[in-house]
Amino acid sequence: MTEASLYLLQQLINGLTIGSTYALIAIGYTMVYGIIGMINFAHGEIYMIGSYISFIVIAGLLGMGMVALPVILLIALIVAVLIASTYGWTIERVAYRPLRGSNRLIPLISAIGMSIFLQNYVVLAQGARDIALPPQISGGWNFGDPQLFEVSLSYMQLIIWAATFVCMTALTLFISRSRIGRACRACAEDRGMTNLLGIDTDRTIAMTFIIGAALAAVAGLLLGLYYGVVNPFVGFIAGLKAFTAAVLGGIGSIPGAMLGGLILGVTEALTSAYFPSEYKDVVSFGLLVLILLFRPSGLLGKPEVEKV
Amino acid sequence: MLQIEKVNTHYGPIQALHDVTVEVKKGEIVTLIGANGAGKTTLMMTICGDPKASSGRIVFDGEDITGLPTSQIMRKGLAIVPEGRRVFARLTVQENLHMGAYFRTKAEYEESLSHVLELFPRLRERFSQRAGTMSGGEQQMLAIGRAMMSKPRMILLDEPSLGLAPIIIQQIFEIIEQLRSEGVTIFLVEQNANQALKIADRGYVLENGRVVMTGSGESLLTDENVRKAYLGG
Ligand SMILES: Nc1ncnc2c1ncn2[C@@H]1O[C@H](COP(=O)(O)OP(=O)(O)O)[C@@H](O)[C@H]1O
Ligand SMILES: [Mg+2]
Repeated sequence: MTEASLYLLQQLINGLTIGSTYALIAIGYTMVYGIIGMINFAHGEIYMIGSYISFIVIAGLLGMGMVALPVILLIALIVAVLIASTYGWTIERVAYRPLRGSNRLIPLISAIGMSIFLQNYVVLAQGARDIALPPQISGGWNFGDPQLFEVSLSYMQLIIWAATFVCMTALTLFISRSRIGRACRACAEDRGMTNLLGIDTDRTIAMTFIIGAALAAVAGLLLGLYYGVVNPFVGFIAGLKAFTAAVLGGIGSIPGAMLGGLILGVTEALTSAYFPSEYKDVVSFGLLVLILLFRPSGLLGKPEVEKV
Repeated sequence: MLQIEKVNTHYGPIQALHDVTVEVKKGEIVTLIGANGAGKTTLMMTICGDPKASSGRIVFDGEDITGLPTSQIMRKGLAIVPEGRRVFARLTVQENLHMGAYFRTKAEYEESLSHVLELFPRLRERFSQRAGTMSGGEQQMLAIGRAMMSKPRMILLDEPSLGLAPIIIQQIFEIIEQLRSEGVTIFLVEQNANQALKIADRGYVLENGRVVMTGSGESLLTDENVRKAYLGG
């Protein structure tokens, strides 16, 4: 392999890693949009809170002298998912549900308010500065040609891929096979009719917030470990990126969010590889504008089913 | 089975139902006829609690259900085949039927499923197909099948024949009579009243949100005013 192709391979690896986490966060945007037609702007903050909780739990357990890393990470994962889901559920309950049935703009404003509130609440509780965690998972595989370019695939990256794959598979099975998943899809299509079948759709909606928040918390743990730092503002930019991914794939579509996340991650990696890395965000948000202009339904946006 | 007493329903400032009183007895087919915009759909939906009655009382099976949330009302043995069918277009036929049996056990689901597929063999052929790809008649059968999946004691049908070919309409009316013979109470809204009144025990005529006439199916069929207004002379 030539140096250029090895370099490209490295960018793909990096891009798929970040893209996986975008995809995890994007699920929350797309599911909530699919079911109640609103953009939950506070969703990025859930990811940020998930990251903080993971850090606090990991640091705490390490401080208590625990050494078994898999156990530490598992506990951090469970605690982060539980707490983030509680936040997701609570946000829906206090900030969106009371506004159901009002003009579409109103819950949107409530969501932005919620986002600002959560950001500042974390600033007050944890401080505005970066919190760092020493790398927990180091090492990986190096391959390629040492003379030309050595490609590295770290264990952390592999874990991110594997965790994303497991989450997405579980989610897909849940939505397509389970009773509650079926109700989610029915509700996304016709909430009133779902209600007329005796189903409490408020609970179905709450469920989508919980699922979205849980996946964002997984992303929070993974990206937190990957970057090794977190601050109260990481949710804003990650949220925007994941939102872009959701729109790119077709908002409302779960496979779309997965695909959109991966494409966006790879696009960003390639941009920062061949251009000054400041162009990264220009390109991703430029992509968002292009999609909105030329294909607002996104790559896998729901095709209209023909009604006879 | 169902008593609607002096019910008023509003859409914002607009009053759509005025002091509507209707009764459906156990085992009956009762039909509600009236012109477009008379408030038939509103009455059906008010029974389901969406929209809610602003005053009056709705009693189902001896229990006051006025003001209960829709999802609770619909778990009490009542099912609706709504206006426009509202099948879940992206879900398969099987999934649509499953949704109708959301609160039932696997065995109960299987039992109702085989019954529905027996009545509607078309649905068996289309079982794994998305509902949105089916014809209007097939979708209407699915909507009725979905309502039957909860094994309701009473079914509300809102213009089930709308926009369908005569042969399909015939089939739908046969199914309605079949349901009655199984002991299901039927409240049927129809705009073209002829066939509805023929199978109905009793009927009500709704005009501008008010009940203006009531009587047995036969007596309404032969009534001069009803013939003029709803049966084309
Ligand atoms: N969602 C709604 N919002 C406001 N007005 C409505 C709504 N639905 C129906 N109406 C009005 O209520 C009246 C009765 O409508 P409807 O119950 O649909 O009549 P029908 O089913 O007999 O054709 C009509 O004047 C209609 O315009
Ligand atoms: Mg109507």
